[in-house]
Amino acid sequence: MSTPNFIRLVALGALVLGSTASAQNSFDVAQGKPNLGTPISEAEIAAWDISILPDGSGLPPGSGTPSDGARVFATKCAACHGENGKGASAAALVGGAPLTNGIETTKTIANFWPYATTLFDFTRRAMPWPRPRTLTNDEVYALTAYMLSLNKIVGEDAVMNAQTLPKVRMPNRDGFIVRFPERMP
Amino acid sequence: MEDLEVVAGNGLLHRRAFLRGGAIFAAAMTGYTLSDSLAAQQLADDAWSTRPGTPIPEYGVPSSFEKTVSRTLTNPRGEPRTQHARTPHHLLNGTFTPNALHFVISHSGAPDIDPAKHRLVIHGLVKKPLAFTLDALGRYPMVSRMAFVECGGNSAPLFSNVPVQATAQALHGLVSCAEWTGVMLSTLLEEAGIDPKAKWLIAEGADSLALSRSVPVAKALDDAMIALYQNGERLMPGNGYPMRLLLPGWEGNMNVKWLRRIKLTETPGMSYYETRTYAPILPNGKAYQFYFLQEVKSFITHPSPGLTLNGPGFYEVSGIAYSASGRIAKVMVTADGGKTWAQAALQGPVLPKAFTRFRVPWRWDGGPAILQSRAWDEAGNMQPTRAEVIAQRGQTKAAVTNAAAFPSQHYNGPTSWAIERTGEVKHVYA
Repeated sequence: MSTPNFIRLVALGALVLGSTASAQNSFDVAQGKPNLGTPISEAEIAAWDISILPDGSGLPPGSGTPSDGARVFATKCAACHGENGKGASAAALVGGAPLTNGIETTKTIANFWPYATTLFDFTRRAMPWPRPRTLTNDEVYALTAYMLSLNKIVGEDAVMNAQTLPKVRMPNRDGFIVRFPERMP
Repeated sequence: MEDLEVVAGNGLLHRRAFLRGGAIFAAAMTGYTLSDSLAAQQLADDAWSTRPGTPIPEYGVPSSFEKTVSRTLTNPRGEPRTQHARTPHHLLNGTFTPNALHFVISHSGAPDIDPAKHRLVIHGLVKKPLAFTLDALGRYPMVSRMAFVECGGNSAPLFSNVPVQATAQALHGLVSCAEWTGVMLSTLLEEAGIDPKAKWLIAEGADSLALSRSVPVAKALDDAMIALYQNGERLMPGNGYPMRLLLPGWEGNMNVKWLRRIKLTETPGMSYYETRTYAPILPNGKAYQFYFLQEVKSFITHPSPGLTLNGPGFYEVSGIAYSASGRIAKVMVTADGGKTWAQAALQGPVLPKAFTRFRVPWRWDGGPAILQSRAWDEAGNMQPTRAEVIAQRGQTKAAVTNAAAFPSQHYNGPTSWAIERTGEVKHVYA
């Protein structure tokens, strides 16, 4: 905005303020700020606030082990992802070729995913496909532990919870190059 | 006709030849399907001219003769996997895409959202978390702008080690351009009050996957919009009804559809789609992350595969150019596979981060020709050659047989069309 325009806008705001007895938002309105958002508390947003960050923030209470996860997987996941995550109509969840095999190499949990928290986040928000967001937090932790164990990223007895999951180091953690560093915050 | 200025090999004419040549030039133009014998027939009234026409419908649909002008679908029965609907660029002209033909990628179908119940929530690192109804957003000052949206995977078949024989729709149909109208996101963020610690926002949809992507706050404050209208009408369901995030010029998937939540954060969410799906693998086994920009690109739509030339003579070569870095500054076209180039006319208005239609008059002598375009944007970026793209990004080891596959992403090199003596158009590398 050029300076003369800004001055004119301020003058207009002052005019509106001066000529309107009870318009406390007049100045905002003159600047095009209707202020029509309804205040809402984080508690009210909680059911939608399902983002899990790599540092673990957002992870809910609960826990699970690979063996717990195997049981959940057999009943809720294997129909599409195949027995033991070997893949069927949906992607395999175990294994993966080296990325140096070619640009078209299939990306997998083992060869590609940089953060274990993404496994929890995506499983909870998007799976099972026909009934997303129906898994309990314990079930999501258990499935995450199971998928990590299938890929030998954690041991068969590993317990996944809000403390342990962010500490899991994925094999391809350092495999990425930011395309336009100058665009990054 | 001899006074028309040939400016590049194989008959490319000066971009203003059609103005200089006037009526003589216009009379010499032939379309792709005109038959020479038509002009010699005795004219008579056709059936449609001798009786009243059909009633006008409430919501218009194209002529029954235009049924082939449609999107191609990869998953028409909505099986549990991604759906792609590609724009038929070779059957359209101009610069914006009709809403029913705008490309769609949906990873779990289009939710049937009741606009009266939809909410947009802004929270996280803000002074005052806010919820907005569609009615409330409708009262804000709005902005209209043209903007292309392009999937990061558009043009992916060009990574094949041998050219995939397919139409411009199949190769480049995951980009479209529309006039979007809505509320600037900066207006809503200012109302909520951005905590200075916030560097990113996580945008999330109301679809069954709650698809989420992380966006730098700087982009949100630059030109991001909560889009409510598409080419004048409410958004199409597949394009995010009742509201989507519009990030002009940035990777399509980041323009989150069915937008219901924006959370401001210090760090990115590292979501599935940003750390896995839209992170292309490089030849050395590393992968690009946070690609963000849809870099300068152009391709010829007329002629192109499926539009067979009907004998030697005059044609207009035209196509589409666009860039995330602003306006298109220049497009050059070759008809001899890159030996010589003619500058194309740019159809105005040339708008930033929007389709620009380019045109060059061409006199085809009936012999083999290879057409290709290259674009420059106002930031000085030049569309790279395919060889340059491949040197940096690699290509497949085996020929791609499925044009709908995505061997990699973010191809912005040129596309070459070979004109055969029959008038048929083939995809080649040149």
